[in-house]
Amino acid sequence: MTATMRRRGAALVMGGVAATMLLAACGGSSSSSEASSAPAASTGASAAASGGAVAAGCEAYADYMGHEGTKVTLFTSVLPPEQQRYEDAWKPFEDCTGIDIVYEGSDQFEAQLPTRIAGGNAPDLAWIPQPGLLQKLVQQGGPVAAPQAVADNVDKYWNPAWKTYGTVDGTFYGAPNSSNMKSLVWYSPKVFAEKGYTVPTTWDELFALSDQMVKDGIKPWCGGIESGGATGWPATDWLEQIVLRQQGGDVYDQWVSHQVLFNSPEINQAMDTLAGWMKNPDYVNGGFGNVQTIATTAFQDAGKPILDGKCGMLQQASFYAAQWASFKADATVAEDGDVFAFFLPQISDQFPNPVVGGGEFTTAFSDRPEVQAVQTYLSSPEYATARAAQPGGWVSANSGVPIDTYTDPISKLSAQFLTDPNGIFRFDASDLMPAAVGAGAEWTQMTAWFAEDKPTKDVLQAIDDAWPAS
Amino acid sequence: MEQLTSGLAKVGTALGAVAIVLGLLLIIFFVGARAKGKLQFPAAIIVFLGPAILLLAYGLIAPAFLTTVGSFKGPNGQDFVGLQNYGWIFTVEANRTFLINTVLWIVIAPLFSTGIGLMLALLLDRMRRESISKSLIFMPMAISFVGAGIIWGLVYEYRDPSQEQVGLLSQIVMWLGVKEPPNWLLFQPWNNFFLMVIMIWIQVGFAMVVLSAAIKAIPGDVVEAAELDGATGWKLFSRVTIPMVRSTLIVVLTTIIIAVLKVFDIVRVMTNGNFGTQVVANEMYAQAFVQFDVGRGSALAVVLFVAIIPLIAYNVIQLRKERTIR
Repeated sequence: MTATMRRRGAALVMGGVAATMLLAACGGSSSSSEASSAPAASTGASAAASGGAVAAGCEAYADYMGHEGTKVTLFTSVLPPEQQRYEDAWKPFEDCTGIDIVYEGSDQFEAQLPTRIAGGNAPDLAWIPQPGLLQKLVQQGGPVAAPQAVADNVDKYWNPAWKTYGTVDGTFYGAPNSSNMKSLVWYSPKVFAEKGYTVPTTWDELFALSDQMVKDGIKPWCGGIESGGATGWPATDWLEQIVLRQQGGDVYDQWVSHQVLFNSPEINQAMDTLAGWMKNPDYVNGGFGNVQTIATTAFQDAGKPILDGKCGMLQQASFYAAQWASFKADATVAEDGDVFAFFLPQISDQFPNPVVGGGEFTTAFSDRPEVQAVQTYLSSPEYATARAAQPGGWVSANSGVPIDTYTDPISKLSAQFLTDPNGIFRFDASDLMPAAVGAGAEWTQMTAWFAEDKPTKDVLQAIDDAWPAS
Repeated sequence: MEQLTSGLAKVGTALGAVAIVLGLLLIIFFVGARAKGKLQFPAAIIVFLGPAILLLAYGLIAPAFLTTVGSFKGPNGQDFVGLQNYGWIFTVEANRTFLINTVLWIVIAPLFSTGIGLMLALLLDRMRRESISKSLIFMPMAISFVGAGIIWGLVYEYRDPSQEQVGLLSQIVMWLGVKEPPNWLLFQPWNNFFLMVIMIWIQVGFAMVVLSAAIKAIPGDVVEAAELDGATGWKLFSRVTIPMVRSTLIVVLTTIIIAVLKVFDIVRVMTNGNFGTQVVANEMYAQAFVQFDVGRGSALAVVLFVAIIPLIAYNVIQLRKERTIR
């Protein structure tokens, strides 16, 4: 009797251990993200500046003084090695002010942030990569309006469009941090030099060049829109480029808010232009095959034929610069290198230098004075300049950054257009539309447009039908 | 240093949690062991089944209930919208693709997997070095669906015929004399079948092994008696072998059908549901976690759940029948 009982007891203990392990495993994911913040924590302690008087070399940070020994947490989706470059950039700020910026990166940022806010565990600052997510968070409650100093910086240094993307219901929440520039065309300077092509500066020149390439036996364009669960997004970018170039910023904004429908004359016209470009069998798909291969080619692979001379040009964003090394280890990205980019020209003089891009917004979840000090610093040209001087590509649309600060040519080119005072900047439209469209129907329908040659009208109507009712 | 202390603190917390749960369990066990007489049996039931039931309730029953409730709510999971989500599933024209495709998957993939599995089990039954060929056929079972999707993605890879071919299938077809092989994953409606091939490739091994065991379990005297009565070849197969392994066949078939109903990984990796290959499970994921429409996602989950119920019920009934026979 007692023997069987003892055995039962052992079984029970085993069961208990297993259950606890299960619970521990469930809890694991959150604790590991906390752990990742630890390395950043040590820097601040040693850096406490003597109170009151501004130490030598710290004059630039005089406005941010008086918060020695405080900590400000920053939550972001940006992971190492970028993390180190940020920390190096604001090290002098930390040393002078004694504020410790605790950097915490997570690849589950978008899922974790709302949970952390709901759980009363919000970070002090977060870099929010989509205006749509910012809106959602504001409705949910949590973000704190930006101090006047941040608003002043944004008014002074950024294209006015940026401020509207950091604003929800009339309240301004965050200044942009980094930006990416999507209106670029990648090409091979070597092939261009060999064939005597010049970089086109107008839309007509661009297509005259394309026709010339066809005559020379080169497919002028290549493209790929396959991207796993996000297949189709590069095609939405192409459409956005054309809409902004043909119709300008106002129609673009109305399109984003669905006052201009997808199945409207304006968007139909843009689709027709796109059809003559990326669906033109004479033009595409260099190195891959017919038009349909655009739908099955991974966007990461799309540019490879440019290095082989099998494709002339690729329309893709500034962040594609990191991709070339994966095709050819020693590929140089420079005006006289293996590959470089030029600005996708404007279509009409009425809408000069139109740029479609993206970026993330420094949003605060606390109005403690040291948080506001860091938030203000992160919107200043001093910070952006220090960050731009770090190695690797990084672009700010902050016009206070001297253009020569940028360490790589693509960042420099991007910054030139992003800070152009006469240019038209608009945020990636699909990031601004409701997820059912911007991360749903528009992706799948544009993919069907390329893969199945689904009629333009049907494609646009299907996207309109997917727009949420309310 | 700080890192070390915080790490130690975490280990401490984890150990503490383990200790608390163990302590609680020990107390429950102690109390349970003290129970005497009439209380002994119910106490044993509570002590042994309790934790399992609690975990099941928390991990299975509660989510199923919440999902069902969620399927009547709007995208944000707050206001009730009645049957609107279900209406969307069954009335929107574009959704017909994934409904039809799912039915195709359910019918074709399990039938082929089981059929080919049965054929292989028979063919390999008395072959020399049976275990080697069986192991080879069973091996894909050890590959995850995502891994299999990536492997077959390379097989179906398309390149213009003028270029060097990367995809195995295109190259084979070109060797056979076809000048312009299609872009397989875009080749509607056949691309659905190309995806099903992956599922069949994985499941055939499972069907073969289980059916082979059942065939070997047929008593020798039954076969002998049939042979004495003059049954050979097809007759022996259709009148003796099949009825003798019928219950195993049904178990294999239903198991594969259930696996097929939740097919998600293959479609997601290969096409992400584009090019007319969408299925219910992948649409569910896209609605719930890409477009953040929790209501529609839940409704699709419920549709899948309801579709599986009759199969499981049938399986259970079959098992019961067998038990009564024994």
